[in-house]
Amino acid sequence: MTNEELFEKIKSKFGDYIIEHDTFRDELSVTIKKEKLIELMKFLHDDPELQFDYLVMMTAVDFPEREERFDLVYELRSIPHKMIMRVKTRTKEDEPVDSVVSIWNSANWDERETYDMFGIKFNNHPDLRRILMPEDWEGYPLRKDYPLKGKPEDDLWLDKHLPEGQIKKPRHTRMP
Amino acid sequence: MNKTYEVDNEREVIVNVGPQHPATHGVLRYVVKLDGERIVDSDPQVGFLHRGIEKLAEYMTYQQFNPYTDRLDYLAAMNNNLAYVMAVEKLLGIDKDIPERAQYIRVIMAELGRIASHLVWLATHALDIGAMTVFLYCFREREYILDMYEMACGNRLTYNYIRIGGVARDLPKGFMDKLKEFVKLFPPRLKEYHTLLTKNRIWLKRTKDVGYISREDAINYGIAGPCTRGSGVDWDLRRDMPYSVYPELNFEVPVYDEGDVYARYLVRMDEMLQSNRILEQCIEKIPDGPAMIDAPQYVWEPKERLMMNNYALMKHFVKVVKGIKAPAGEVYFGAENPKGELGFYIYSTGEGKPYRLKIRSPSFINISAMPKMVEGGLIADIISVIGSLDFVFGECDR
Repeated sequence: MTNEELFEKIKSKFGDYIIEHDTFRDELSVTIKKEKLIELMKFLHDDPELQFDYLVMMTAVDFPEREERFDLVYELRSIPHKMIMRVKTRTKEDEPVDSVVSIWNSANWDERETYDMFGIKFNNHPDLRRILMPEDWEGYPLRKDYPLKGKPEDDLWLDKHLPEGQIKKPRHTRMP
Repeated sequence: MNKTYEVDNEREVIVNVGPQHPATHGVLRYVVKLDGERIVDSDPQVGFLHRGIEKLAEYMTYQQFNPYTDRLDYLAAMNNNLAYVMAVEKLLGIDKDIPERAQYIRVIMAELGRIASHLVWLATHALDIGAMTVFLYCFREREYILDMYEMACGNRLTYNYIRIGGVARDLPKGFMDKLKEFVKLFPPRLKEYHTLLTKNRIWLKRTKDVGYISREDAINYGIAGPCTRGSGVDWDLRRDMPYSVYPELNFEVPVYDEGDVYARYLVRMDEMLQSNRILEQCIEKIPDGPAMIDAPQYVWEPKERLMMNNYALMKHFVKVVKGIKAPAGEVYFGAENPKGELGFYIYSTGEGKPYRLKIRSPSFINISAMPKMVEGGLIADIISVIGSLDFVFGECDR
């Protein structure tokens, strides 16, 4: 199935909810409203002509100047039909998105990571907690407004967690 | 990070494996809830090696980020270079124009990397279960590969040899002779490992019917690479979504249906032989020609040209400081790495730096399926499951 046919198939069912679509370097990406995300994913997963049974990865992209700040990106692959496509959706900073763990278990850790790095919450996720950063860390490191070298407040976290008696200062100097 | 467990009755115990346990291959903390010796529930905790590589990538030009990919899966750094570079080339739209010689050199390096990585896997996996001898044998052969890498690029662990547009420099004199020697020598050595382990009773007891995962679960949990092929999923990116010159090469994809640790062991053992076959064909087929694409807008020009040509030097400064102009758009490229599928998702806004770069690391996803594999098993089986998943924490935690 070519990218055009694939898009037509999706359009015939979810035409009103598609925000935009694009084919770049032979990869189809479809942006859908987040209310219909789960329905679309289920359709892609179960339809016998598509069978996108493998979630390659999911992540987010941050656009701080936009009102709907985050793009969520899902890379799908159909192992029986050897196809790939990308589904995207948009969300605001404080609005949760439906979790796709019920469809693909591999989304479990990916969504945890997205929560950890961007602060996006997921509905119906079985176990949403930080994964790479410490559990009491404040802020979300992969947001664009998070400075590369960390915030001055991060020193407080170190003070709290360094063992007693360890020399706490001077620490490495941070850029303003 | 912590999941809190509560003990329901007297028989239940909570055990911490790691993060400094030698069999966890790095810094994995594994919290296990036990009923006697049976595993009731478990929770792998990662992130101890988190370095923020994805954040760093947003502040770097495409060329600058290349050495960082070496630090992901440091046992197969060439393969990481290849995956990243192919992703950027796909974004730039030059992936079809890479000179053939460069493509063949890349495949040679990647397959050597696969053998080297699998050798370390076999060595440590066997060592964890108690077979010390295999460790010494495997590192003997790995030494050959590292020597070859050192000949080609001067480094033994982190190479930065495969660059955007080709490879850093052509193969040195004597490399092909050494490679010919290696492909002749390796299959008999592989037989030696088979005699040590494949029918060894202790080995069979520790690996057969341990860490089982079904075909459907393997796909649903997103496990990639040799681990899925041990569960009967006939999928290899080199064959099914071919890249580089793999379509011109003849190799088989080993698949076993059992889905246990032993099946994954057999898959990797067979893969080493297939890699050796690919290397043999590469020696035959490698053509002469340039090892770098002629596209001055994207790649560094040769030193002679920079020294002789004023304009080329000026352009070089701009490329180094501001980065190459990549078109706006987003691409995903996944390559078949020894550990599984390593993918790079790049979102470009048309500037010299990626706006967002996401690394799809096979180790991360494979570990997430561990609770499913060890559930109901014995606590000692955790060690063989860890060995069979073959993860590296540089890649898992990024």
